[in-house]
Amino acid sequence: MPKPFTPKVVTANALLEGDVIYLAADDSWVRSLSQAEVLTDEAVAQIRLLDASARQAEAVGVYLADVAPSDEGPQTTHFRETFRATGPSNYAHGKQAEG
Amino acid sequence: MYRYTDFDTAFVAERNRQFRQQVERRIAGHLTEDEFKPLRLMNGLYLQLHAYMLRVAIPYGTLNSAQMDQLALLAEKWDKGYGHFTTRQNIQYNWPKLRDVPDMLDALAEVGMHAIQTSGNTIRNVTADHFAGAAADEIADPRPVAELLRQWSTDHPEFQFLPRKFKIAVTGSPNDRAVIKAHDIGIQVVEREGRIGYRVLVGGGLGRTPMIGKELTEFVPLAELLPFVEATVSVWNLLGRRDNKYKARIKITVHEHGIDEIRRLVEDRFAETRQAFNGADLELFDEIAAQFQPPAFRNVPTDAYDSAYEADPVFRAWADTNLWDHKAPGYAIAQISLKPHGQTPGDATADQMRVMADLARRFGHDELRISHEQNVVLPHVHKSDLPEVHKILKAHGLATANIGLISDIIACPGMDYCALATARSIPIAQEIATRFDELKIEHEIGDLKIKISGCINACGHHHVGHIGILGLDRAGVENYQITLGGDATETASLGTRTGPGFSAEEIVPAVERVVQAYLEHRESPEEPFLAAYRRLGMAPFKTALYGEETGKKARAA
Ligand code: HEM
Ligand code: SF4
Repeated sequence: MPKPFTPKVVTANALLEGDVIYLAADDSWVRSLSQAEVLTDEAVAQIRLLDASARQAEAVGVYLADVAPSDEGPQTTHFRETFRATGPSNYAHGKQAEG
Repeated sequence: MYRYTDFDTAFVAERNRQFRQQVERRIAGHLTEDEFKPLRLMNGLYLQLHAYMLRVAIPYGTLNSAQMDQLALLAEKWDKGYGHFTTRQNIQYNWPKLRDVPDMLDALAEVGMHAIQTSGNTIRNVTADHFAGAAADEIADPRPVAELLRQWSTDHPEFQFLPRKFKIAVTGSPNDRAVIKAHDIGIQVVEREGRIGYRVLVGGGLGRTPMIGKELTEFVPLAELLPFVEATVSVWNLLGRRDNKYKARIKITVHEHGIDEIRRLVEDRFAETRQAFNGADLELFDEIAAQFQPPAFRNVPTDAYDSAYEADPVFRAWADTNLWDHKAPGYAIAQISLKPHGQTPGDATADQMRVMADLARRFGHDELRISHEQNVVLPHVHKSDLPEVHKILKAHGLATANIGLISDIIACPGMDYCALATARSIPIAQEIATRFDELKIEHEIGDLKIKISGCINACGHHHVGHIGILGLDRAGVENYQITLGGDATETASLGTRTGPGFSAEEIVPAVERVVQAYLEHRESPEEPFLAAYRRLGMAPFKTALYGEETGKKARAA
């Protein structure tokens, strides 16, 4: 049986500064997971992924990451994505510094 | 100190010029990431979890003050004000921007530094004993050989596309401080009937399949060293498993073919390589060795040291823990701990780098070393200067008296930075150090090395930690596996797994139970953890970790 599709966001690193980025519904790259577009349909997710992967001059290493939708926007479901969304734990040098 | 020749300088300048254009072409959209990635990796530029990471080589861990100052400048100007010193005598910058990297490389070139062969399937930075040229137990300075190997391997046409990365370490002392038994090739300077030669080990390595290196030859004279090493790498270049990345390292080749067969093949190949070497390497060696002459040591009294040692308990604790025996009378090797309790192991701020550079300039014959244990070393300090050196270190958070103790932890970047990680390493190291500092028992515990890696690649050397900790991902939750009994020295051994891993919340108490068991079972305070473990075996530690029942089973097994 195929695994049921779970909600995803498109994520990558920005080409110029390496920062973690997410694809928003208006096709812009945003820095905060809360502004990311949540994809609940598998076919749509694949198309969004393909389109985003083609944007070579903006993003590196585009992929789909699992999220759980919530009232406050998408939440991470794996600790790796949590660290990507917030930054390293030893210094406030990542997104946690931006609040 | 080795000075680059004009040839080296021109070579690095040309490489940087090329890379600058490649970066421009990538940003302008003329190169895809697939095309660009191998080019950036050739220049030490990785893409990590939150940003790029630039890895700069510090060949055999040796730096002068100007170079350290320049590392500080890079940290300040193009990063977030600090750098991370690693187990392979590199420094990593965690936050550079792609556009800035060519400027960073040019700034490094100004002081004879670069990031070449800090990535890729090449011969990586050649590492050496961090007490090289200073240690009382040294037979000969290992760095001339390390520099010879560096020059021979840099851009070596045959060895740019090896089956996998290749790491060489050299020690000049019988006491191994360079972990030569966990390297693809480990070289030890030895003396036989008054002649200096080299013992060569092969096939050590950590990572997914950890192995202790085996002796390939007990002695080659200098004249045969390079052709012998070339023959070894060349044999592996042919036999190495390119079909499977996880089986490509020379340790697997040695394991699959057996050390005797490898030795036979190397000898065969050596018969050819020896003919091809025309002796230019020996002339070069003499030129190199001439540049590693010891500094002009001062012969003055050590009164200032003696009285500070008597009068100041803080200085005494630091001196007892962080100093090492020097070969010259009146001198000491001073180790600067980059492990203040609760901080990130191996990190130094730009200010701290400048302080260390300044100390080297004023009191240390302009020399610094980076240790594979992620600390900095002032190799030549006259004892009379040590009270002043200590005072300055203290004022800058650099005087933690914990070298070799439980809080002197090696920790890889783990999932806080590394894209390959399966769990975090840094917070675990921070918590352990803080905990044992609170307990105030770290000096009582004595020599105990904890090493932590955030994944099976073992960059944090966990396999050779007295207590090793490996961070794993268990169903989306960080989990930490403990190994005991690893050893990175001349008596090297790989640690043994204790059993099931522990959650992030459980791991520090678990380490505490292991240490408590050691304190209860040791014969005397003179018996260090590793010796106690070797005498007692796993059982009492298993009981401490998992309870009486599991401990009994371990005893029966
Ligand atoms: C954060 C970027 C890093 C990446 C992507 C990385 C990648 C890797 C990989 C893939 C391996 C396994 C190689 C193999 O078995 O063939 C490895 C091993 C190793 N790395 Fe790293 N590493 C990183 C950082 C570091 C750091 C910070 C250190 C030093 C603290 C380090 C030192 C080592 C060492 C000593 C090994 C041991 C395995 C061996 O060669 O026997 N690496 N690394
Ligand atoms: S051990 Fe794993 S997590 Fe740690 S630096 Fe190496 S590759 Fe990254």
